[in-house]
Parts: sequence; structure tokens; C-alpha cells
Amino acid sequence: MIEVKNLYKSFDGKPVLKGISAVFETGKTNMIIGRSGSGKTVFLKSILGLITPDSGIISFDGRIWSKLSLDEQRKIRNEIGVVFQGNALFDSMTIEENIMFPMRMFTKKTLAEMKDRVNEVLEQVSLEGVNDKFPAEISGGMQKRVALARAIVLYPKYLFCDEPNSGLDPKTAIIIDNLIHDLTVRYDTTTIINTHDMNSIMEIGEKIILLKDGYKQWEGDKSQVFFTDNPDLNDFVFSSHLFKRVREIVQKEGKFKF
Amino acid sequence: MLKQVFKRPQKAKIFWENYFREVDDLGIKSIGLISFISFFIGGVVTIQTARNLSNPLIDKMYIGYATFKSIVLEFSPTFISIILAGIVGSYIASTIGTMRISEQIDALDVMGVNSLNYLVLPKVLAAVTFYPFLIIISMFLGVLGGWVAGNLTGMILTQDYLTGIRYDFEPFDITYALIKTVVFAFFIATIPSYFGYYVKGGSLEVGRASTQAVIWTSVTIIVFNYLLTQMLLS
Repeated sequence: MIEVKNLYKSFDGKPVLKGISAVFETGKTNMIIGRSGSGKTVFLKSILGLITPDSGIISFDGRIWSKLSLDEQRKIRNEIGVVFQGNALFDSMTIEENIMFPMRMFTKKTLAEMKDRVNEVLEQVSLEGVNDKFPAEISGGMQKRVALARAIVLYPKYLFCDEPNSGLDPKTAIIIDNLIHDLTVRYDTTTIINTHDMNSIMEIGEKIILLKDGYKQWEGDKSQVFFTDNPDLNDFVFSSHLFKRVREIVQKEGKFKF
Repeated sequence: MLKQVFKRPQKAKIFWENYFREVDDLGIKSIGLISFISFFIGGVVTIQTARNLSNPLIDKMYIGYATFKSIVLEFSPTFISIILAGIVGSYIASTIGTMRISEQIDALDVMGVNSLNYLVLPKVLAAVTFYPFLIIISMFLGVLGGWVAGNLTGMILTQDYLTGIRYDFEPFDITYALIKTVVFAFFIATIPSYFGYYVKGGSLEVGRASTQAVIWTSVTIIVFNYLLTQMLLS
């Protein structure tokens, strides 16, 4: 479980996060949603330790980040898997070397053991036979899978995904969403996904937090999305005619079930 | 920054792999160009010196003497370092800068890798240990180029040239040149790394960082060339 209390962050005197508190539960896909510029990325990067917040508490299963030594923080980082928006694959390394990298850095596994694990995670993300290719030689969807494979290779306790569907076609996006959900259940991770993709929210949003102008505006699960009267959430989620129509149908039926 | 760079590597095996790759990228791949430049500049120095020492009262061997001193004391350690700052400096700044803007450095950081140490230390060590060899090659080829040019133009005889390069030979000249080389190699690896590592924005900013890195590395080399010369030779 990841707990965030009263997180504040400003850049050049301009506040971006204004006292956000949230609890992200283990074994669930927690989603941070909001429009561009709402503070989602700063929030996610603050939890990841890539941005130092002005104030607030971030704890990983009770371990308060700001009170840990650098070595203790590195230990937690070993328990974290991240899928970046642009995948952040090392372009000078092959797919196999990319996935193997965290194992080479932090484990004492033999080469054969590492190769076995690489093949295992590639199988889990339904991507086989690409071991010797370079990131530039595979498609965006495949790169995303490789990024996921690298993120889970060390059996992470915490999985972060920043806009995992950006640049992907709707079909591939749904596949990636379901993959993230499956891996969350399989590895019992605390998964946090940063997105503004409505399909993702409806597909795997077990816990949803809406950010707007640096504040947390709403919190709930995907079934509650259809029945809330929160104007900010309704404005964000049901901005398209399609979703407005879906809401009408769901509200008419009185329950959310696809 | 430097405190993080000079921490003990997290995994020695990976560090040495990176070190040898950097020796190849930053050093061995520069040998061809550096050899070419050194050989021809050596020739030019000899021809220009011979043209300026046309007085029959001045012994011809001074042409070899002047060429040797110019190459060893200044051209090879300083000007080859400035050329390397251009070639290698832009390479370092742009590769690290691209890693920064494509979140590859963030990926290293969140994994718990000390990214400064992982990326910069092998470069610094590769430059500091390999560039002295590169400069020795440059010195040799510069002097050789001078001899070839002197012979081809008939401006100086081989015997005079050899007498000149051995005349008043100070072993400390080589030491002084290599001390300068090591200091400049440190700048060539660290300053562009700094500009690349802390770049913000996109590809345009990476390009700008790369240019800035070359400018500041060159300026630092020129200033320290003066300071080191004053410290070591005056």
C-alpha cells in the first residue's frame, strides 16, 4: 500500500500540487486521472522520488520516504517497476539486455537464470522471439510490452504506469490495460496508473482519483463514476456524446455492468 | 554532481564493461582523425618554421627543434584536446541529453541505479586513462609529419631534423604535456556530461546543450592551459 498525505509542490512559486492525500491499495489498479496540466505527472513523479515535494508524506507500506537514508530509498526503488510514457527503453541495448538490466544490476543470478526469467516475462506479456532486436526495430505496442516486461522482471511490489496507452491504437491499448491488470493480480502489486484515457478507466479502474488544478476532486471506483454528481468528474469523463449516452443507459439500468 | 559520480560503482562487472565501451567510443574511434590531423599539422609547422628561419646564420636543426617543442608542448596536449572537446564533447552531451529527454535516466533512477555514477564515471576514467596514449600517438605522428614535409620540400635534411628534435631534450616536457592531457581529459568527460545530464526540454535543447558543452569545455581547456603552464613551467 502506498499512502500520500498532504502533498504540496510548486515550481517557481506556482503551486502544482495543493495538499493531495490518497491511499493506493495493494492488488488493485489505482488510477490517477485528470486533464493535461492537472498535476498528474508531477504527482506520480513525486511518489516515485523523481521530484522532491515541498511538503507532505509518502509512505510505502509504512516506510516514510523522506525519513529513509539514500541506501534505504534505493532498496525501495528495487521494489518498484515503472512503465514510462515514452517507454524509456535503453536504445543501445537489445530487448533481452533491456529486460535483463535490472537483474544484472541487483541480483546474483547466472546468465542462464536471467535468460530464463527474460523469456518468462516476455511470455507473460505475449511477446516472444524478439530477444535480439533493438527497441527501434519493434512497434510502439511491442515497446510498451517490453517496458512492462522490464518493470515486472524483479517481481515488483509497486508498479507505476505513466500514460501507458499514449500513442497506441484502441485495440492494443485495451490489451495493454488488461495486461497491467493481470500482472497486478498475479504479482499482488500496488499499481498506480496515470491516464486520461476513458477506455482504460472503464476497463480496469478499480480505484480512481481525479485531479484538477492541483487538488484531488473526486475518488471512487469505475461503477461510481456513472452515479456521481461531482461536476468536475462529469465534465472530464462524460465530455463525449458516446460516454454521455453510456451514462444514460447505465443510470437507467441502475447498475454498472458490462 | 561529482560526489555522486565518484561513488563506488554498484556493480563492478557492469562498470568495467561500460569502461571498455567508452574507451572504444571516446578514444579508439578518435585515433584515425587525430592521427590524420597530427601528421599534417606537424608538416605545416615544419614548413612554416623553415620559412621563418631562412637566415643562413641560423642552424637548420632549429627547424626540427621548434617543430618538436611546438608539437610536444602545445599542439598535441592542448589543441588535440580542443579538437577532442568538439568531437567527444558533443557526443557525450548529446547521448546523455537524449537519454534525459527520453526518460532513460529517470528509468535508471527509479530502478535504484546511481545514474550519474553509471553514466559518467566510465567516461571520465576512459578519457583520463586513454587520452595520454592518444596524445603520445599525436606527438609521434606530428613529429613524423614534420620530418616527411621537411624532406619532401627539401627545407631540412633528415640529419638536421633528428639533431633538432634531440637538442635540449627535457623529459619534463613530456611529463608536462601528459599532466595537461589528464586534466583536459577530465574536463572533456565531465563538462559535456553535466550539460547533457541536466538538459531540459526536447531535441532542440539537446542540440543547444551540446554546443554549450563544446564551448565551455574549450574555454576551460584554454584557461587551464594557461594556469597549468604558469604553475609547471614558470
